[in-house]
Amino acid sequence: MSAESTLLYLDGVSVSFDGFKALNGLSLVMMPGEMRAIIGPNGAGKTTMMDVITGKTRPDTGTILFEGDTDLTRLREAAIANLGIGRKFQRPTVFEPHTVWDNLELALKAPRRPLKTLTYAISRDDRARIEEILDITRLSALRSRQAGSLSHGQKQWLEIGMLLAQDPKLLLVDEPVAGMTDAETEQTAELLCSIAGKHSVIVVEHDMSFVRALGVKVTVLAEGSVLAEGSLDAVSANQQVIDTYLGR
Amino acid sequence: MMLDVRSLDLHYGAAQALRSVSMKAEIGKVTCLVGRNGVGKSSLLRAIVGLKPVSGGSIGWDGADVTKMAPADRARRGIAYVPQGREIFPLLTVRENLLTGYAPLPRAQRSIPDEVFELFPVLKSMLERRGGDLSGGQQQQLAIGRALVTRPRLLVLDEPTEGIQPSIIKDIGRAISYLRDKGTMAILLVEQYFDFARDLADDWVVMERGEVMLSGPRSGLDEREVRKYLTV
Repeated sequence: MSAESTLLYLDGVSVSFDGFKALNGLSLVMMPGEMRAIIGPNGAGKTTMMDVITGKTRPDTGTILFEGDTDLTRLREAAIANLGIGRKFQRPTVFEPHTVWDNLELALKAPRRPLKTLTYAISRDDRARIEEILDITRLSALRSRQAGSLSHGQKQWLEIGMLLAQDPKLLLVDEPVAGMTDAETEQTAELLCSIAGKHSVIVVEHDMSFVRALGVKVTVLAEGSVLAEGSLDAVSANQQVIDTYLGR
Repeated sequence: MMLDVRSLDLHYGAAQALRSVSMKAEIGKVTCLVGRNGVGKSSLLRAIVGLKPVSGGSIGWDGADVTKMAPADRARRGIAYVPQGREIFPLLTVRENLLTGYAPLPRAQRSIPDEVFELFPVLKSMLERRGGDLSGGQQQQLAIGRALVTRPRLLVLDEPTEGIQPSIIKDIGRAISYLRDKGTMAILLVEQYFDFARDLADDWVVMERGEVMLSGPRSGLDEREVRKYLTV
């Protein structure tokens, strides 16, 4: 497959740590607006995959292209973030003493040089954007609340909202529903489905009912490369996938 | 005498990892705790050995409530833990690693039981080597040996086969059945390697999303039901 017209293109990406191959010839293609669920047993390389996409780890070999022509392996983390790749780690990291609104305002895409920041005044467009994100993340009624007083699920939604405020082309979301209640899990699936299309989303998750609710193509990683790809029903019927999950 | 966990809740910050978990582990039996990644297996073990405080429920062991007891006091009451990733001391020798198991023992009991070397002869031939120079499988044997030095009556093992070569997995399986058959300890085993767990399990506990979905003796549980919670 050619990298043209793809949003993210990984080909033959390998990374070793002390002789352990965390990624072993990983190849993966994401189209603009696509949402993809990544699953796999412990040590399959899910986190390392996100590390190489965001520039936290440099691959030993392989190609990583963004929007068909930008070579991510040559860029620093900050430059990659500025290209429009946002990452949400598993634990919620919001500014707890600030309100929901202020958290989103702080996260808005804007010039961040010292003078610009000092003289910043919120514009009508910025307000509209924050309102829109409050609506998507169902936090409108909680806009004046301190972020620290939100429930676990609400903090996760706020952080997803903060990623959206940066208007990313690609969101990487690591185990968003771990520790959530059933109702929060369901709402998180709806939230992510509502932002896919405008943004591309890669979700790493172990929670199968959540992955089912997303209803998107699933990639199964094992031992650093792709073991299977397809609908959740297709991969769950795959004997290699079954054996991998049973530790065989 | 048994481990009796009742309605345990556990949180990391606001995120809830265990939801009203109840389970038992009996002396002379292997209780296998299984489930996919991130369902709370290791959190439950960490609560039982005292490394992670719980937010509700109780942990009974040997007739006493140990819910709020410090880990060291639980070790004195016979609870031993073989953590995931082994956590042996890399700069200490194999002998010194084993001797760390003396900590909870009264002076009169401070010796290395012969069965440690009978089960894992390789440890005897490597007594003066540094722990960090051992292979992964040997380190796992050392971690189990270290736990046995404490004369446990509850042996808690977190994924002892993870990343280990098949021949050593067999040795570890043999060791676990030997210890079960001795009838002096309860063994609580977390495993992702289903066939290994199935061969050893007297009782199953199956978790999903921080809750116990199934539990009971292997004779009363359909293996396919258990497997359903492990695959995708």
